[in-house]
Amino acid sequence: MVTCCYISAQHPDLFTLTLNIATKDDYDVNSHSSATASAASMERLHWVQHRCRQLLARDSERGWYSTPNGLPAKSSQDAHSSPQRVSGKRRRVFARNGPHQQEYEAVSKGYKGNAIRTTKYSLLTFIPMNLFQQFHRAANLYFLFLALLNWVPVVEAFQKEITMIPLLVVLTVIAIKDALEDYRRYLSDKKVNNNVVQVFCGKQKAYIDKCWKDVRVGDFIRLSCNEIIPADMLLLYSSDPRGVCYIETANLDGETNLKQRQVVLDLPFQGGEITLEDFHSRIECENPNNDLSRFRGYMEHPNGVRVGLHNSNLLLRSCTIRNTETVVGIVVYAGHETKAMMNNSGPRYKRSQLEKRLNTDVLWCVLLLIIMCLTGAVGHGLWVKNLKNPIFETDTETSPALAGFYVFWTMIIVLQVLIPISLYVSIEIVKLGQIYFIHNDLALYNEQLDSRIQCRALNITEDLGQIQYLFSDKTGTLTENKMVFRRCSIYGVEYPHKENAQRLEVYEAEENEAAGRSVTLKSGCSRKSLSCRSLSCNRSSVSLHTLTAESEEEDRLSNHIQSRTSAFCSRVAREVVPDPELVRKLSWLCSPAQPLSDGSSGTPCSLELTYITDFFLALAICNSVVVSSPSQPRHVVPEARTPLKSLEEIKLMFQRFSFSPFSALSTPQIRGSFTSRLFSRGKTGSFTFSTPPNSTTDGSETGQENNLESSNLRRKLDLSSREDGGGAGQTETEDGIDDARIDPDGFGQKVEDLSKEDDCESDTDDELLYEAESPDEAALVHAAQAYRCTLRGRSPESLLVDLPGIGSLAVQLLHILPFDSNRKRMSVVVRHPLSGQLVVYTKGADSVIMDLTETSKGAEQAQEIYSHVREQTQKHLDSYAREGLRTLCIAKKVLEEEEYEVWLKRHLLAESSIENREELLMDSAERLETNLTLLGTTGILDRLQEEVPETIEALQRAGIKVWVLTGDKKETAINIAYACKLLRPDDELLTVSCGSKDACAVLLQELKLEVQHGGDRLMEPSAVESRSESSLSSPADFILVIDGCTLEWALQEELKSDFLELSCRCKAVICCRSTPLQKSQVVRLVRDQLGAMTLAVGDGANDVSMIQVADVGIGISGQEGMQAVMSSDFAISRFKHLSKLLLVHGRWCYSRLANMILYFFYKNVMYVNLLFWYQFFCGFSGGLMSNSWVLILFNLLFTSVPPIIYGVLDRDIPADTLMELPELYRAAQTSKIYVPSMFWINILDAFYQSLVCFFVPYFALAGSDVGDLSFGSPINASALLIILLHQVIESHTLTWIHVLVLAFSAASYFGFVLLFSLFCVTCSPPTNPLGVETLQMSQPLFYIICTLTTVMALLPRLLVRALHDTLNPATALRTAQMDKVDSERYCKRMRRWNQNHSRVNRLPVSADNPGLEPSTDTVVS
Amino acid sequence: MVKKEQEIANRPDNTAFTQQRLPAWQPMLSAGIVIPGFVLIGLAFIGIGVALFVTSRSIQVMELDYTGVEQTSPCFRCSDPNVKNCVCLLDFSIDSLFKGPVFFYYGLTNYFQNYRRYGVSKDDDQLSGNLDSFISPSDTCAPYEFDSNNKPIVPCGSVANSMFNDTFKLYQIISGAKNQVPFDGKGIAWWTDYNVKYRNPSVTPLRDAFNGTVKPLFWPRPAYELDPSDPNNNGFINQDFLVWMRRAALPDFRKLYRRITEGDYTQGLPAGNYSLEIAYNYPVLSFDGRKKVVLSNVSWMGGKNEFLGIAYLVIGSLCIVMSIVMLIVYAKFKFPEEE
Repeated sequence: MVTCCYISAQHPDLFTLTLNIATKDDYDVNSHSSATASAASMERLHWVQHRCRQLLARDSERGWYSTPNGLPAKSSQDAHSSPQRVSGKRRRVFARNGPHQQEYEAVSKGYKGNAIRTTKYSLLTFIPMNLFQQFHRAANLYFLFLALLNWVPVVEAFQKEITMIPLLVVLTVIAIKDALEDYRRYLSDKKVNNNVVQVFCGKQKAYIDKCWKDVRVGDFIRLSCNEIIPADMLLLYSSDPRGVCYIETANLDGETNLKQRQVVLDLPFQGGEITLEDFHSRIECENPNNDLSRFRGYMEHPNGVRVGLHNSNLLLRSCTIRNTETVVGIVVYAGHETKAMMNNSGPRYKRSQLEKRLNTDVLWCVLLLIIMCLTGAVGHGLWVKNLKNPIFETDTETSPALAGFYVFWTMIIVLQVLIPISLYVSIEIVKLGQIYFIHNDLALYNEQLDSRIQCRALNITEDLGQIQYLFSDKTGTLTENKMVFRRCSIYGVEYPHKENAQRLEVYEAEENEAAGRSVTLKSGCSRKSLSCRSLSCNRSSVSLHTLTAESEEEDRLSNHIQSRTSAFCSRVAREVVPDPELVRKLSWLCSPAQPLSDGSSGTPCSLELTYITDFFLALAICNSVVVSSPSQPRHVVPEARTPLKSLEEIKLMFQRFSFSPFSALSTPQIRGSFTSRLFSRGKTGSFTFSTPPNSTTDGSETGQENNLESSNLRRKLDLSSREDGGGAGQTETEDGIDDARIDPDGFGQKVEDLSKEDDCESDTDDELLYEAESPDEAALVHAAQAYRCTLRGRSPESLLVDLPGIGSLAVQLLHILPFDSNRKRMSVVVRHPLSGQLVVYTKGADSVIMDLTETSKGAEQAQEIYSHVREQTQKHLDSYAREGLRTLCIAKKVLEEEEYEVWLKRHLLAESSIENREELLMDSAERLETNLTLLGTTGILDRLQEEVPETIEALQRAGIKVWVLTGDKKETAINIAYACKLLRPDDELLTVSCGSKDACAVLLQELKLEVQHGGDRLMEPSAVESRSESSLSSPADFILVIDGCTLEWALQEELKSDFLELSCRCKAVICCRSTPLQKSQVVRLVRDQLGAMTLAVGDGANDVSMIQVADVGIGISGQEGMQAVMSSDFAISRFKHLSKLLLVHGRWCYSRLANMILYFFYKNVMYVNLLFWYQFFCGFSGGLMSNSWVLILFNLLFTSVPPIIYGVLDRDIPADTLMELPELYRAAQTSKIYVPSMFWINILDAFYQSLVCFFVPYFALAGSDVGDLSFGSPINASALLIILLHQVIESHTLTWIHVLVLAFSAASYFGFVLLFSLFCVTCSPPTNPLGVETLQMSQPLFYIICTLTTVMALLPRLLVRALHDTLNPATALRTAQMDKVDSERYCKRMRRWNQNHSRVNRLPVSADNPGLEPSTDTVVS
Repeated sequence: MVKKEQEIANRPDNTAFTQQRLPAWQPMLSAGIVIPGFVLIGLAFIGIGVALFVTSRSIQVMELDYTGVEQTSPCFRCSDPNVKNCVCLLDFSIDSLFKGPVFFYYGLTNYFQNYRRYGVSKDDDQLSGNLDSFISPSDTCAPYEFDSNNKPIVPCGSVANSMFNDTFKLYQIISGAKNQVPFDGKGIAWWTDYNVKYRNPSVTPLRDAFNGTVKPLFWPRPAYELDPSDPNNNGFINQDFLVWMRRAALPDFRKLYRRITEGDYTQGLPAGNYSLEIAYNYPVLSFDGRKKVVLSNVSWMGGKNEFLGIAYLVIGSLCIVMSIVMLIVYAKFKFPEEE
């Protein structure tokens, strides 16, 4: 999980590889993320650590550290003689103030200090560096080329200086922007660098405060709780007696769960007082790299002993110390060499579709320019040729051809504006404006999380308006990823938890409040204000390099994280109302008066009770949940309270009840008849309870213990205590149970009692907070808690669990085999607190667990029972899945001691191996997780986010094909699809699921035919009239459902096209059980093969590849880390935001930008053509009728702002309408605004207007005594008016801002030319404007010409627009409204039709999934 | 309270601007706006058009080509480039009173004063009286920068060099006697050119400023002797020079030579016979140019130009026609739908 997010965006390939370790639902095993799991693998027994260390130490001597084969001696000599050389391969670190001063000096020279500098420039280097950077842009090079061209005397068109202006302006604008950004970075660097930390000072022999920037490699640093780690350092000391420390990596990856770090083993001062002066050890480790999950090295003590170092010893820069008083570490990497800094990557750059199109049109413009210049060149050549030495000739030597050649270049300078270079700058500005508005939209703001949309990619806003395919993850994207325990099945008996369901519905209404509250829930707890939220996790855009965010973002981040953490234990998830039946069974267990009567009177079989207790124990302990309570810091395991009963009592109890009927079915020793065996066991009665959980010495007794199920014991304990008139706390329960027995209908009351008791308990003990890596885990732990099986605390070696009726017990934790997505399960190995047996509890994806559970051999009856349980459970699993619940199976296995020993040996080997440790560990885990006994299964409800169905419907109406790519089971996926209205009851479901490629090929062909046929069929008889009326919804309403392995086949080269063709004909596609790689493959397939605009939305690490592949990647900042967000272009917090983002903003951005670009082209062509027409009257000599300043500034200043405003503010259709009528999105989707024809229409219009604009003044002034500038004056003025008014016509909305800007543009032009003509005496030599405009504007002719020109130029467009608007007043609106009416009519008709045909025509849904009914009751929220 | 504020710290401002709800006028060009609009524009244009047309009609213009291409032309003799100091007489008659003030133009056709390299060929600094530029004229003047002896040419450059140097005298022939029509040569150049842009160096006598320089090759006299009759009309502020230096925008152009405002001719040129005496110097035939003299009076809208009036009328009528078309379209498409 961690690694995924650090593979920078530039390496998508790497990405897809690493994603295999991704987490979450996609493997159906409900998320045990591997990150802490790997940290949890550090939690070993002490002697295990010892062995591991030995192995490591030995290994490091001959392992990867030494040079390969042969030259060990030599290389080590080298290492000593020339440390610098060695540092090329690895890094050696000595204590800075330690005894190895000399070595330190020698070695550390090359190491960077801890000061960071993320700025690109310094004061001195700014100008050259920035210029260098800027001239990497083609646009600037073009400007430069023009400027240089103008320095060639023969082709010079303007004054030399003037051609520099555009270049200078662009360079200055960008330079200022860069400088400001850099300055911000500088400030934040400074802030970070000046943070204070305690560093050990050799002279004073004490810790003194130093700035971060003064920290060097080899320094000892002391940090206390909640401080931020200034550099990567090795953990040498922790105030925690176990030598661990916890860090929060939220700054790095947004994960708020705590990771455990371990003090370096075997230090001389381990555990005791640290004497740093005597730190003689030498550290050798890898050179700095950016792999956050890997760190290798060793520490060599003066006595020659080497201790291996790995990731768990390393504290990473910018993480936060939590729950640990004090830690001391030695810096190994500092500053830019820290892993955190090396993972900094720049902002994303994507090129939008529109920009690609734009470029082709720019090429057209280039072609146009060349044609015009060639015309000029040829024309000039001919003109010169025909000149017969006139008096105005200045140069008689140049041949016509050469003159033509020169003029070609001159014309390029003159007509340079035709290439809309400024367009690129304008587009950037416009997009910034658009981003600003998207960012500020209240509708995209999430009140509960206080988070806005984050726009991480700045240049693809308009792509949002062209989405054709939407690929969505399911969990956390469509659903809330707030897991709520919904129901469970144990021992093949289903407990529907009806009240729980009701409660969920009740909470539904209060949800907002609850979530709102949950934001504050933890704000008081241990969370200092983090002054340095370093490493841009979710920083948008520019500040991505910075280490410190602005305070605003900081707040947001911390708020966000808080709410996220607490969301895992939100109120809904926390409070599970127990199922009365299950409570009754549990309480029956406690009842003394009920001996074993095998289910005759409806009492549960005792075997079942075993299952139940085991089940809940597994729920409580088989996880990596971290416990804390608001009043206490996290992770502090409360002391185990004295059990309610003395050991003596327990022993007594065991003796009394050792005839237990429900002992260990699962144990392999079962022989003979079930009951008789149990009884015989009871008769032996030789059981002794081994009190200390870790005393494994009593061999013979253990054997017997093994036969006893722990849970039985607990019940018996409870029972006995009651008989003995136990603790006061018991009476209450007893009463409740008595009540229940007296009044069988009084479950409700009993439940109340129970929960009352729970309440009391939680009141007294503080509310426990569970911090799980995944919401599923939290939900399960809370569910267990509801049955009073409470996880109270956790330490690396033990778990503290409350059991009903017994109280707190420490469970010795031997191993955690963490979750991974290949195994799709996790396990814990514990020594049972009561029985002392070694038990493996496993929970995982049903598919995996069902395969791993044994069909128990031996006893027939047992087998019968067992297979019955399996059958029933499978049935329940199916029904859960159909309800859209996430299913998990719980299983256990009792280990023989010998068996365990054998396994342990190999496991340790695996753990200590350096090479492919991961695989070995996995093998090892797989060896253990066999022959499991299925206990039961849970159904966890992941509710849909609010407004998901509406959003999906809107998106579909907008013509966006929604595909769901999920890792969930097919049934679950289909059900969610129903719930979110992706699937309608009358849609036809096509399921593709086959075992081989050939079968897959055949099936695809068949389905294609069927779809074709089906389409026809639907077209033909009864539906024909409705169909024909509403062509919109016609692309046959087939839904394709494909599963992971079939997808594998379908994505192969040969079947690709078939699959694509099939899926194109379907309304929606659901890919279930798909891997992250497949997700990205599917997206890539659609993107590349169909050339469609794709959008991927997801929230977890498993969606990252998909998000990166898609044209637009959207991350949902939800429950799962920040990886998706970090790789996304936009990050939203709710799925429903998509509709506004796409339908309104996307459409707006697209139409704005498209219109602006078209306008820009028009504007440039229009203006440049004026100059071109003039060439026909000046011998194609490149003569101008305007002052060159006006010429340059015309584009740069006078007409530059209005298009930008137009591009930022224009609203072609109001937001409400767009939201109400998603169909309007289709226009933009198919690029209707910016199509080649529109481009050419605009160019033609530009030509027409320029013709008018030039020739009206021409005819008005021809033959008169007009001077060249006087001729240009009305042309320029009317061109300006035309261009501005053209925009007014084109604008859909005009606000005061538009008016202001337009007025400003006009005023700036007239102001400039007037001032210029008043005061420019000798300036601007060839075209001195003195007195021109003032004179012109004092004459009525000027205004007569301007009026005529302007009206005449705009008349056609005005007319067309007026006709258009009159003929179809708001065409789009009306058609859309009609569509709506149509689709409503169609829906009605379809419904009627379906009612008639429902019997006959029950769709293949039922064929594929027998009994599958769209169950809306539970899933739809 | 503080907490609450923090919680919504990120909430975007709910302003009309940020939420893009600014009150906006939608320029929906519906028939309701467009039809009256077009009618109004049409009427206004027709009005202006009529005014322009009438005005233009009232302007009298007389053009006399004196290039002497045809053999019958009185100036044919002079058109031979080898003939120097040629004078020719051009007779013409005016039927009715040519209302004054009458403007006397000379016109050139196919003459590219807007040729880029020609236009560049001058030195504004020099022309504004900067003596430094007398000694070293700007590069832009090349090849009329220095003469063959490497002496600076003042005024330098092609524009100045090619100054029009035909001169005209107009006589009214009243019963056989020639009565010279007095020409007013003052204020024919732009006020700004005469008073601001072009300056003679502040050296008296003016000729001293030109020491060490040579006159433009084409010129018969140096700049300080352009107008022997009026010492204040010499150097760079000579009116004819100024008029010439204001380059024409188009290859067929005319330039103001004199105004007829004085004496008996303040009311204009009475009907009768006139004779124009032309000192024919300027060669135009080499580049197929023509020379002409234009007599014209002006109105508030400038010289005679029928184009504008017609254009206004056409556009105005078009607007009216279009509004009618729109009305029809509107009636046809709009009303049925509302039923």
